[in-house]
Amino acid sequence: MRLLLLVALPLALALVPPAARLLDNVYLITLVRQALIYALAAMALDFIMGYGRLVSFGHAAFFGLGAYTVGILGTHYMQDLALLFGWAGSNEALLAWPLAMAISGAYALLVGLISLRTSGIYFIMITLAFAQMVYYLFVSLSAYGGLTGLSLWLPNTIAGFDLLADGLYFYYLCLTLLLLAWWLLARIVASRFGQVLQGCRQNERRMRALGYRTYGYKLTAFVISGAVTGLAGALLANHAGYVSPGLMHWSMSGELIIIVLLGGLSSLIGPIYGAIILLLLEQLLTTITPYWQIILGPILILVVLLFKGGLYGTLTRRGSQA
Amino acid sequence: MQLLLEQALNGLQFGVTLLLMASGLTLVFGIMNLINLAHGSLFMVGAYVGATVAAYSHSFLLAVAAGMAAAAMTGMLMELLIMRRLYPREHLDQVLATFGLILFFNELVTIVWGRQPLSMPVPDWLSGAVEILPGVPYPTYRVAVLVVGIAVAVFLYLLVMQSRLGMRIRAGAANRDMINALGVNIVVLYTLVFGLGAALAGLAGVMAAPFMAVQAGMGENILILTFVVIIIGGIGSIRGAVIGALLVGVVDTLGQAYLPALFRLWLAPAAADSAGTALATMAIYVVMAGVLAIRPQGLFGARTA
Repeated sequence: MRLLLLVALPLALALVPPAARLLDNVYLITLVRQALIYALAAMALDFIMGYGRLVSFGHAAFFGLGAYTVGILGTHYMQDLALLFGWAGSNEALLAWPLAMAISGAYALLVGLISLRTSGIYFIMITLAFAQMVYYLFVSLSAYGGLTGLSLWLPNTIAGFDLLADGLYFYYLCLTLLLLAWWLLARIVASRFGQVLQGCRQNERRMRALGYRTYGYKLTAFVISGAVTGLAGALLANHAGYVSPGLMHWSMSGELIIIVLLGGLSSLIGPIYGAIILLLLEQLLTTITPYWQIILGPILILVVLLFKGGLYGTLTRRGSQA
Repeated sequence: MQLLLEQALNGLQFGVTLLLMASGLTLVFGIMNLINLAHGSLFMVGAYVGATVAAYSHSFLLAVAAGMAAAAMTGMLMELLIMRRLYPREHLDQVLATFGLILFFNELVTIVWGRQPLSMPVPDWLSGAVEILPGVPYPTYRVAVLVVGIAVAVFLYLLVMQSRLGMRIRAGAANRDMINALGVNIVVLYTLVFGLGAALAGLAGVMAAPFMAVQAGMGENILILTFVVIIIGGIGSIRGAVIGALLVGVVDTLGQAYLPALFRLWLAPAAADSAGTALATMAIYVVMAGVLAIRPQGLFGARTA
């Protein structure tokens, strides 16, 4: 069952565009592409939440910072407006996306330095507070659209080529990056570093007694997670064509947690399922009623009460221990 | 100077509203070890029911009573059906389930009351102004909120520190297995505490309704501020909630009032306004980060739960 779930998923996702063409429903590609991007962010969250027991309720900040990096660079480039030292921004993905990761990662470093001194409920709440800080900062930045946000005039170019304008290329790029991130994060989890991280999840005091500086390990994991979430944000900016502070709202952090838990904690691949389930649920429920969240809410409660370990955990009969 | 006094009072009055929210939430945190994101929904229920009753009956006192009762009923029902099953679970599960409750309640009020925000007028007999100092008028309603908030704080102090029920509540916070073994019906106690917290959230909702648009999602903004209060004060500590609420209320209000003006001293007006507003909304989070950096368990928190 587990192997099937692991192999079938990339294959099914790769077949989405041809299937959409067959069904004459190109909108489906855009829809699943959005799920892939959310899955990337949620996977980064699962990396620290599932393996390090670091329940971050503020990942929306890293998501939004990544998106705004692309948005702000692009706006300056289009208007030929000096951004820093006379540099007028850029519309180049090879520059903007790593920068998005760097900025989100740097903010994660700052947040982690303070938040990781705490644990449990305090950690949940302080990460939330740091995300709200960034949210309010961007709401009040009238130069970049304030509450309405920024429109991207054109998607990023890749090495000068206008690839993202073609929805198909963009879809496969998102899929490639997602699978790459999965492979990379799975390698990290399996490495010595990942083992120490999981040791902290089970018993941090014991890890410290064994001589590990757990703070450094957790901080590194937090920064990696923040940077990957920033990349997802950069993709989302290109996907949606605009960025707004709504990306950093605390309900976005909640949505990412929902995706991880729906799919299954401590699995990395679970969030991909989670993102697709949430997307399908949303599409399905909106056809029933415009007030679809009145159904989604109780569904979430039932998932918590009945299906421990999410979909992936339930199907593989491997309840999460975290 | 007069403005400073007014702003400081506004800050205290906002702090008192936060205290009503925070005292219930911190009790639930401290005793049941439960993160309840839906506490803001109880605030919203109080505001909606209060505004509706006020519109039909034109009686403010009736509106307060109805808002508190509705919030308390909703809260106890919530506890019986859902929260009870969440006490032994991970914080993560509690976050997800109560997040689901928020979605549910926000849509529910939209279905019942529509998307148009309600507004609740200040009652006639509280709509004037009183002179708090010679020549310094201050709205009567705000004074009333301040007085009610202080009265509730005193009542809570007496309840928790002096009564038998309060003794049990404190014992439950210290060691719930022990109090259960000693023969106190912890299940009923939990429901009562939850209902008490819910009623206070409802009271806060009705009293804050004249200051804000009564709409879906109104509870979440105040919920996050309430969390900041509790984290600063220390989880489970009523004394911490009082200090935290007043600190957050005053810092937030004074920040909004004075930071833009302060920045104008060395920045262009437009830049000063946007920088000042940005920093003012961020100020309480900076305070919270500062407190946690020095005392990770909050000002009065004993445990690092």
